[in-house]
Amino acid sequence: MDHTSSHRPDSGQSAQSIGLVTTQTVTLFEQGDPLKLDSGATLQPITVAYETYGTPNDTLSNVILICHALSGNAHAAGHHHPNDTKTGWWDSYIGPGKPFDTNRFFILCSNNLGGCDGTSGPSSIDPKTNKPYALNFPLITIGDIARLQKALLDHLGIKKVLAVAGGSMGGMIALQWALDYPESVGGALIIASTPRLSAQNIAFNAVARQAITQDPDFNNGDYYHGPKPERGLSVARMMAHITYLSEKGLHEKFGRRLQNREQFSFALETDFAVESYLKYQGSTFGKKFDANTYLYITKSMDYFDPFPDPETTAQRLQKVHARLFVMSFDTDWRFDSSRSKELVRILNLHQKNVSYQEFHSPHGHDSFLLPDLEYSRSIATFINRLYDEELHRRHHKDRPA
Amino acid sequence: MTQYHDIAPIHATDASDLRIDQEIIASLVADGARVLDLGCGDGLLLEYLINNKNARGFGVEISTQGMHACIARGLPVYHGDIDQGLSDHTDGTFDYVILSQTLQAVRRPRFVIHEMLRVGKKIIVSFPNFGHWNIRTQLLISGRMPKTPMLPYEWFDTPNIRMCSILDFQDLCRQMEINIIKQIPLAAWGGLPRSPLKRHLVRILPRTISNLLAPVAVFLLEKGKK
Repeated sequence: MDHTSSHRPDSGQSAQSIGLVTTQTVTLFEQGDPLKLDSGATLQPITVAYETYGTPNDTLSNVILICHALSGNAHAAGHHHPNDTKTGWWDSYIGPGKPFDTNRFFILCSNNLGGCDGTSGPSSIDPKTNKPYALNFPLITIGDIARLQKALLDHLGIKKVLAVAGGSMGGMIALQWALDYPESVGGALIIASTPRLSAQNIAFNAVARQAITQDPDFNNGDYYHGPKPERGLSVARMMAHITYLSEKGLHEKFGRRLQNREQFSFALETDFAVESYLKYQGSTFGKKFDANTYLYITKSMDYFDPFPDPETTAQRLQKVHARLFVMSFDTDWRFDSSRSKELVRILNLHQKNVSYQEFHSPHGHDSFLLPDLEYSRSIATFINRLYDEELHRRHHKDRPA
Repeated sequence: MTQYHDIAPIHATDASDLRIDQEIIASLVADGARVLDLGCGDGLLLEYLINNKNARGFGVEISTQGMHACIARGLPVYHGDIDQGLSDHTDGTFDYVILSQTLQAVRRPRFVIHEMLRVGKKIIVSFPNFGHWNIRTQLLISGRMPKTPMLPYEWFDTPNIRMCSILDFQDLCRQMEINIIKQIPLAAWGGLPRSPLKRHLVRILPRTISNLLAPVAVFLLEKGKK
């Protein structure tokens, strides 16, 4: 989830950066039917921001859709300016020679519906009022997010993706794709994710939302022309950030080290290095992210529950053909391995083609973003096999009888 | 330019690619069966069963190397420790549960066999026979822990912690009230004879002396009728 954390160089890999990339936007649902949302509400028009990397092949059979997590955006790889110090949020995994190899695949990532980085969300202008939607923006679900992505791919003439991949909430979207568009998904990589939020997960989201809505600057969501609820959003982010790291990882990084001082202040100041780090993380995030988006997106995660009862589960899984690959990390406690195994158990019960792998990493939930050789190999092996089979099928189809 | 394109070629697995015990296991599996291959290693047997026997199902593997090999073959594989049980699966989920050359490496063989019989209608177990004459004579003459091409490890770092002979295994089956449907001791080990005749000859071994002569045995089992 933490696309702001610094990415270490991709040591030991002969991979390169994709280089300069630009975000594109397209407006969908301008005319005709609006997008129908799970809540019953409708939305139109909708702007979508997206980036692409690599080149589509002549039959468009090498498309991989990347789904971002809570705080991510369409900028998954490369950099926007030559002097950018920060790369896209999954740059370690997308690029020439990387697991999502842009020499082989055409990669697409779009900002989620409800987001604040180019795709329509609460901060977008409501054409009816010419003011930001704010809390007039309809509540959205993971299903709605996938639905808009599907509309984007339809617009681009892409009927089927070789694979859809995402970590954390991105993994939920990838799963949603496999369930909702079974004919359009070859494989799904569901990483550090869960089939549903637990009470504890919802509780964390609830406290985050409280922090935002209790901020005196929140103004019932209508803050776009005044001071923004940055403090509330920053507290929400600080708390969430703790859940993205492992206790051991955090302690190894900061321990009980004091920040710029030799002794305790014996005042309510920032004594510990970890406090200072979190404060920085929170305030950076508070300035650049939209608080309303945070409310809406956490809500969409809370609602996510594709398998609420055995009947619905059987019905939803009946048509699923995608090859599924569920991955987890041993120190992740936001969505720990047991949550991934829960998903695998459901899929196995219905005899779906599913693989599961757990990786060792000290970095907790954030592991899915960080370079790791075994994890890289598994991703690469899985999608290369999918593509090899695709080419194999095509070869045999093209051959005269 | 990348290090990731070491992908297994897509080809139909041939029976002669299999180890002999794997080929025999494959011959015991009915067409279209649902199988669970515990400790599936590089996935060769599972791939063969899926391609040539229309099997469905998946493998369980603990090693990263094995995981990558299975994924490269496009096989469904679960990264896990079979000692932790098969609690994810309901009773009788699989037509066959296979434990090929892995029994000797599990910590709780009784529990694993019990769980296999719960989730599988039939189970297939193959293991190296510690009663083989070569092992007996090695220990008798050298006085040291025997090593064979199948069991090449030093005693202090071997993963094979539960060695048994064919007689030992038969005793366990009796104790656990397991019905032995078939037992196929193999007369040879070492390499993969390509010739079908050699492969066939390996299976001809009188049961009475198999504990002495067979380096490996395959058992087809089911729960005993009470």
